[in-house]
Amino acid sequence: MAQHGIDPTAPLTGEPSKKTKRKLAREMRTQLISFVFMLFLTSMAFISIASDAIPSGFAFPFILILAVIQVILQLYVFMHLNERGNGWTNAMIWTGVLIAIPTVAALMLLLGIVKW
Amino acid sequence: MADHTVHSNTLPPNPEKATLEGKNKFLGFWFFLGGETVLFASLFGTYLGLRGGLNGGPGPSDLFHLPLVFIMTMILLTSSLTSVFAIISMKKGNFKGVLGWMLLTVVLGITFLGFEIYEFVEYYHYGLGFTTSAFSSAFYTLVGTHGAHVLFGILWISTLLIRYRKSGLTLTNAPKFYTAVLYWHFIDVVWVFIFSVVYLMGIGG
Repeated sequence: MAQHGIDPTAPLTGEPSKKTKRKLAREMRTQLISFVFMLFLTSMAFISIASDAIPSGFAFPFILILAVIQVILQLYVFMHLNERGNGWTNAMIWTGVLIAIPTVAALMLLLGIVKW
Repeated sequence: MADHTVHSNTLPPNPEKATLEGKNKFLGFWFFLGGETVLFASLFGTYLGLRGGLNGGPGPSDLFHLPLVFIMTMILLTSSLTSVFAIISMKKGNFKGVLGWMLLTVVLGITFLGFEIYEFVEYYHYGLGFTTSAFSSAFYTLVGTHGAHVLFGILWISTLLIRYRKSGLTLTNAPKFYTAVLYWHFIDVVWVFIFSVVYLMGIGG
């Protein structure tokens, strides 16, 4: 790392490179599209419960699928997990999810069915 | 990103990961978010296990109102987008943009928190105290922990905004803003499951 003599608290100056600017413009578009898509997913979830268009037996799995899609969009687009060089960050969050799923299942079964 | 070495103080493509400290913060913060996932999973599991235990108190279908939850969801989702804009401004080297978008994020967060406090007060007047039933304890703990995270996020970002109001974008503060934004997105991620699992499934039956 050629960082000798650099003051990290000094303000950064200069413009981003043309390549970076193009990348940011593309990123902005991706973010906006996914935001609109998230609005759509959220509205679908609320409408499916507010109206009786979908039978209630199907509504629960339906809104859970919508939630999972929206969370994956949040993680990969808004939180940039899709960028290169994020292997370890992916490992961190997916380890959390891997532990979270049996935690939810175990608590539901232990508290909800066995005890309550 | 070892190929982006920093010479003098020119703007690197990813200022948040240009220093070793920034890289470590970024990685460490994702490790923390993995742990937070497990924390909220245990609260969700508890809620799902206990939500049938009403003990004669009011239940989800008596309490929850879709319009309020919808407004809160939209506010939080929009605040997630404004914090995305803050990061794009940061990569453009536009620090005023960072401060402005983060301020808007904080304002939206405060609005969200206001609605949540209003909601809890309403439920309390409706007869849902913390110790009324297994459902009420699990509900207040789950949604209240999320609300506490929102409050912490507001205080965190406000502190950054005050501390760095005049400094300009630096290699020191870029990772700080970046991790705060990751935290804010994570709050929205948790809320997606709260509105689906707690509110929508509560009203749906």
